[in-house]
Amino acid sequence: MGGNYRHIGKATPRKDARAIVTGKAEYIDDLKLAGMLYGRVLRSPYPHARIKNIDTAKAEAYPGVEAVLTYKNVPGWMAGVPYHRPVLDSTVRFVGDAVALLAAETGESAEEALELIEVEYEQLPAVYDMEEATRPDAPQLHERIPNNIFPRGFRAIGEKALQELVMGDVEKGFSEADIIEEATCAYENIPNPLPPEPPGVIATWEDPDHLTLYTASQSAPMNRNFAQPALGLADIRVIGMQCGGSYGTKNANFIPMAHAAALAKAAGRPVKVYFNKEEHFNAYSLRLGSRIHARLGIKKDGTVTAVEGEWYVDTGAASEMAQVQVAVGLGETQLLIRCPNWNLQPTLVCTNRNPSGVVRGFGGQELNCALLPLLTVVMEKADLNPVEFFKKNYMAPGAGFFWRDGIWRDYRGIDFSEAIDKGAEVFGWKDKWKGWNKPTAVNGTKRRGVGVGLHGNADIGEDESEAHIKLSSDARAVVYACVSESGMGERSSLCKMAAEVLNLPLDRVNIAPADTLVNPFEFGLVGSRGTYTVGSAVIQAAEDARRQLLEMAAPILGVKPEELDTKDGAIFPKKDPHKKIAWYKAMGISRTITGQGRFETDFSLCNCMIIFAEVEVDTDTGKVDLRRIVASTDCGQIIDPLVLEGQLHGSLGSAGIDTAIFEETVLDKDTGHIVNCNMIDYKWRTFADLPPFQSIMLETPVDSHRFKAIGVGEIAPAPGAAAVLMAVNNAIGRKIMTYPATPQKILKALGRI
Amino acid sequence: MKTDRAEEGDSQKAATFEKNIRLTVNGKRHELLVGKDVNPEHTLAYTLRETLGYTGTKIACDHGSCGACTVLMDGEAVLSCTMLTVECNGRNITTIEGLENAKTGELHPLQQTFIDNTAFQCGFCTPGIILSAKALLDKNPSPTEREIKQELAGHYCRCGSQYLVIRAIQSLAEKGR
Repeated sequence: MGGNYRHIGKATPRKDARAIVTGKAEYIDDLKLAGMLYGRVLRSPYPHARIKNIDTAKAEAYPGVEAVLTYKNVPGWMAGVPYHRPVLDSTVRFVGDAVALLAAETGESAEEALELIEVEYEQLPAVYDMEEATRPDAPQLHERIPNNIFPRGFRAIGEKALQELVMGDVEKGFSEADIIEEATCAYENIPNPLPPEPPGVIATWEDPDHLTLYTASQSAPMNRNFAQPALGLADIRVIGMQCGGSYGTKNANFIPMAHAAALAKAAGRPVKVYFNKEEHFNAYSLRLGSRIHARLGIKKDGTVTAVEGEWYVDTGAASEMAQVQVAVGLGETQLLIRCPNWNLQPTLVCTNRNPSGVVRGFGGQELNCALLPLLTVVMEKADLNPVEFFKKNYMAPGAGFFWRDGIWRDYRGIDFSEAIDKGAEVFGWKDKWKGWNKPTAVNGTKRRGVGVGLHGNADIGEDESEAHIKLSSDARAVVYACVSESGMGERSSLCKMAAEVLNLPLDRVNIAPADTLVNPFEFGLVGSRGTYTVGSAVIQAAEDARRQLLEMAAPILGVKPEELDTKDGAIFPKKDPHKKIAWYKAMGISRTITGQGRFETDFSLCNCMIIFAEVEVDTDTGKVDLRRIVASTDCGQIIDPLVLEGQLHGSLGSAGIDTAIFEETVLDKDTGHIVNCNMIDYKWRTFADLPPFQSIMLETPVDSHRFKAIGVGEIAPAPGAAAVLMAVNNAIGRKIMTYPATPQKILKALGRI
Repeated sequence: MKTDRAEEGDSQKAATFEKNIRLTVNGKRHELLVGKDVNPEHTLAYTLRETLGYTGTKIACDHGSCGACTVLMDGEAVLSCTMLTVECNGRNITTIEGLENAKTGELHPLQQTFIDNTAFQCGFCTPGIILSAKALLDKNPSPTEREIKQELAGHYCRCGSQYLVIRAIQSLAEKGR
């Protein structure tokens, strides 16, 4: 149903396509600056310890070493709310925590010198379980986080930040329910989103007040926006390199950035800090742990009348912004079920393991993956078809929600029922669904089951974006929007939007590098916000530039500006297209036109993704084969069908669907070590195991911007894990309530072991 | 340049130790001096990237389990992070930079089909995947979907480009039929 456009909605080569397939795309590790040193990090072998003594003399004397930093001489920059994460500390809080930083002429000499640093530790007791961590006698991780429970609130998202979900009257809600059930579900795999490229930063100080960062980031400007307060408001210029995958994890990049910046300051030379894969596993951004214990009330018609419970959130040893993840998660769960009576109390906890960070899903995936299995318990008692349940309960016009800032929003978007129905039809839900705990088919030891999950997010209009567009007299346009490229093709999509407004061939429109020095304000390409927010700013800038251009042409052509049009670098009266002049005739050759655009936060729209899954469980071995996926969404207007389809396929990546069955970070709770911290032992789905995958992308115009589009990429993995767990449970006729449903858990549920 | 000589009559022949490593990369000959240009612990991936500047070869896991560093060695797809450069004397290497026609700038059909099908997202795993696909198509111009999946099973992609990669290779394979 999408609009009829010249570029929008058509598959066009990505602007960076040629660079990618020829190996010329420049990633952070491909860049060497003159005089650049190589930074390395000495990491803790203990989950919790005090550094009693640290002697760096031998390392400092090692040939090629230019700087060695410990907690004693590192700058006092801090991250987190409250400030609790320094660059280095006298206490280490997880295996892999930074103990010392070192920069040398080569990576080899840096690694050799690291081994010469002598450290004497006093080991401290460690805690790994969320509920244990909150007991009075538990080991304490941070002075500023009493009882290991983070204080609520995060002022950057408003004084009333959504830190609990309390509304209506839960007792009244339960009294209206036909069915009330209480259960617990744990989504505590703490998987690693694990982009192929490890995190990395090159830092160089131009002078004591000017820091330049080259960064592998999903959101180059975020490094400036977030780090400036931490770094005493030094002027930070951030240059985004091609980013080899992020899935949220490389947004702010605070720790590698702080390490590189501190070493560069100490050495007076550029320093690159680029993690190896072992560090990537042990010291970088896991998904949040999530556990819900709740009581749910439901009517037989599928109306949810009350939700009351506790949501434990484990962020590991530290967090940059977990309170925001809690706030957004609490918002997203109201999109999933329209319930008038809530009392859901989160407890955000720190434990002695590699910290969680920003990850695709951002609190919402973690909350809903734990809540959906609880909902299946009441749906089963009410004998409700989950597809019908979702249609009844998902956000729709006439309803609303409290968003992350604690403020109520009336929803003004589209109804997603058609996307749900279309997905069910393509999947064949009607035939495959046999009821709760019932397999779709049984063949000897092989039992098939089906499941469905749904997820949505109102982050598509979050935060501010600005864009400029420069028109030059040779009929070219440059978009200035500080957008990095980490795989979503957003830089190309923005060029398409500008080319559409200016009616130029796509090759006449380019986008400036993601450099905070040359571009106007941008929040960062987080969530699914790019299409609507940055898109709106670019469209507005292009319209502004076009208006100026036509105003210049009007006196020459002797008509009013609104009577003019432009195409392919010519300007002409709409009524008399033959009477045309080139842009340079209107502008003169020594002029450029700059159009400006700005987007202001809008939390009144949301997106939606539905995933249908079919699995086959071998009841002899407990092995689960994912047989088929159908993903369905309605995005208002497709900008590029292949880019969007790729985003939907991403549901199998970035710690998504497979967290239901095999993907997890395994922590040894005796030593605090991650035992599967390499790419053999950490399980991931290979090409050979890809299931058939069908994507449905509907286009019901949304009242967003000129092209009626909204983004959807971020949430693609979010509904998948719950769908697959539901499918496994239906196949085996048992309810597994902790992810992942490993063969061991399945055989145990079946009473086989 | 000399090589180590075994003593007359010594049945345990001493390993020959090349002082110079000759590599042909994308048709260009490189001579690398051991101890100066190449240390014995340097992997082929390291030499290609850091010494010779072929940075299109990517290193991700550096332990032979993700496929990002794949290059062609005498036409076979190999993991360059698991090979020592000193073991590669006389070998003919093709990296991603060697696929396009250096004179005309014309892309290899595989590169073009990846562009036409947007068969990448972040692009970090793409050079390795394209080179494995080339090794496959050189041997088997019309692989089945299953054969493509098996051949690429060692390549880690986390964005979800796999389906469009398969589509891109299949569309090229069909043209070849």
